[in-house]
Amino acid sequence: MATATFPRARPARRASVFRRMFSADSLARAGVFLCATAILALTALLLWELWRNSALARARFGFNFLTSSNWDPVAGDFGALPYIFGTVVTSAVGLALAIPFGVGAAIFLAELAPAKLSDAMTFLIELLAAVPSVIFGLIGIFVLVPLLNRVVPGLKEAFGFLPIFSGPFYGVSLLSAGVVLSVMVAPYIISVSREVLLAVPRDMREAALALGATRWETTWHVVVPYARRGIMGSVFLALARALGETMAVTMVVGNTPQIAKSLLAPGYSIAAVIANEFAEATTDLHRSSLTELGLVLFGLTIVLNAAARLLILATGKRAGQ
Amino acid sequence: MKTKLSFRRKAVNAVMLSITGIFTMLAVGLLFFILGYLFVQGGFSLNWNFFTKLPAPVGESGGGMANALLGSAKVLLLATCIGVPIGFLAGIYLAEYAPPAFASTVRFVTDLLNGVPSIVVGIFAYAIIVQGIRVGFSTLAGGVALGVMMIPIALRSTEEFLMAVPGSLREGAMALGATKSRTIATVVVPAAIRGLISGMMLNLARVAGETAPLLFTALGNQFWSPGWRQPTATLPAMIYEYAKAPYEDWHRQAWAAGFVLLTLVLLVNITARSIVARGFAHKSR
Repeated sequence: MATATFPRARPARRASVFRRMFSADSLARAGVFLCATAILALTALLLWELWRNSALARARFGFNFLTSSNWDPVAGDFGALPYIFGTVVTSAVGLALAIPFGVGAAIFLAELAPAKLSDAMTFLIELLAAVPSVIFGLIGIFVLVPLLNRVVPGLKEAFGFLPIFSGPFYGVSLLSAGVVLSVMVAPYIISVSREVLLAVPRDMREAALALGATRWETTWHVVVPYARRGIMGSVFLALARALGETMAVTMVVGNTPQIAKSLLAPGYSIAAVIANEFAEATTDLHRSSLTELGLVLFGLTIVLNAAARLLILATGKRAGQ
Repeated sequence: MKTKLSFRRKAVNAVMLSITGIFTMLAVGLLFFILGYLFVQGGFSLNWNFFTKLPAPVGESGGGMANALLGSAKVLLLATCIGVPIGFLAGIYLAEYAPPAFASTVRFVTDLLNGVPSIVVGIFAYAIIVQGIRVGFSTLAGGVALGVMMIPIALRSTEEFLMAVPGSLREGAMALGATKSRTIATVVVPAAIRGLISGMMLNLARVAGETAPLLFTALGNQFWSPGWRQPTATLPAMIYEYAKAPYEDWHRQAWAAGFVLLTLVLLVNITARSIVARGFAHKSR
């Protein structure tokens, strides 16, 4: 083949430095590099804007902002505690309901269901995750709240002695928000946990079954512990989402800034107060305080997300070994 | 004794396994309940006026949400023009060029950005567009907020689908003398095009339902919103506003809007997923 006569290629010209620097190839490379760097810059800018725009509130209230429970836009006094409380409580209720539910369903989908059924159901559950939050809020207001109004009297009769089920119930409450959140985050727990459970090596299951364990014992004592870090990761992701969830919460939580010991009392949340007051905030201090709430939320979710990624990564590595 | 223990274990096995099954059914059942409820409530509330008329003034019944439909379309168009190119190109860099350490840094930061609550992204868009460049509440601000939210998923899905393209295709193109950029543009990206399109569709469907960041960027408007610098109504924000209102007729409209929004979101989702499923099943069990 070496002797075959091809038409002679054009003699290679030594590209000038100029041409090499601005060739289409290196321009393309520089362009995509810029876009990747832009994401780092954008995230930094986001943090910087939150920091800069909350300077006024941070200077005025300092650390008291997080511990004071007075929120009075007219007097210009802002404390975030009731909102932080509401965010934490609604998310905790949401997770308490979603974790058994989500992990249970993930176990079924990963361990028991035939592959085809499992895939079909996972598809449907992932569609549930795609439902916009404002729709959950709509269902919350017009379906869940009336439903809870009927269920709660019975609940109070049975558990009324507990402080968390005391006091009057008007339908909108921390509990209602928690229930809506649980439905919204469960699909995340289910789909991530299922992936993690599927990544557990087959030998682990076979070994346990060979030792005479039942299907459930194999799952609960061998497979789940093996995947527990990944499952924890899915829970953290769900928690981060629950903390930042705005629309569905604000529609059913009652929007009352108070720290009540009962779950049946109305409350408020960080995201909800930002949504309700930001557009109407007239003073710089008010807007600055709302931005600081945003910063608190940002910090919380960043920490949770980072922890979740690391945990899921850790399980993945272990399964890969 | 032995049989008793064995019976207990069998019973636990059966009970626990059925509980997991019931949980799954409940989750799936919930989806069908939401769909069914919206279909019944919203489907009956829907009429032609919804798509063609402006919202009726307070106290009058009737009217529609034509301005919100157009507003949402404009906001989403802008968001796509911002989020998709940046995310797509950055995804190419990560999949094709980046040194591993830099790639994992960008990936990690992208995941963090993806986890930032939408309402916080709204504050950001408010700070830079509404206040920063003094445009005020506008379609532009809403589009920027949703655009920022689209970037992380655009990046991750681009990267994922480009990585799934076999290396031999790249080697083939390069052996024919193509430059790297030409290889990517004419071989790698076309090979992954189904995945890329479906990724972008899912991305769009996700932000289409976002409400929180629009409340104080696009704000809302009872009328048409000409151009890009005026406050505009959007479908999700209208659902929120109408659901909160004390009027029966507005609730009816909210259900109708919810029905339209959910139908669009789920249709895009299902279409996108079936495009991938027909292409290549790289996520097989």
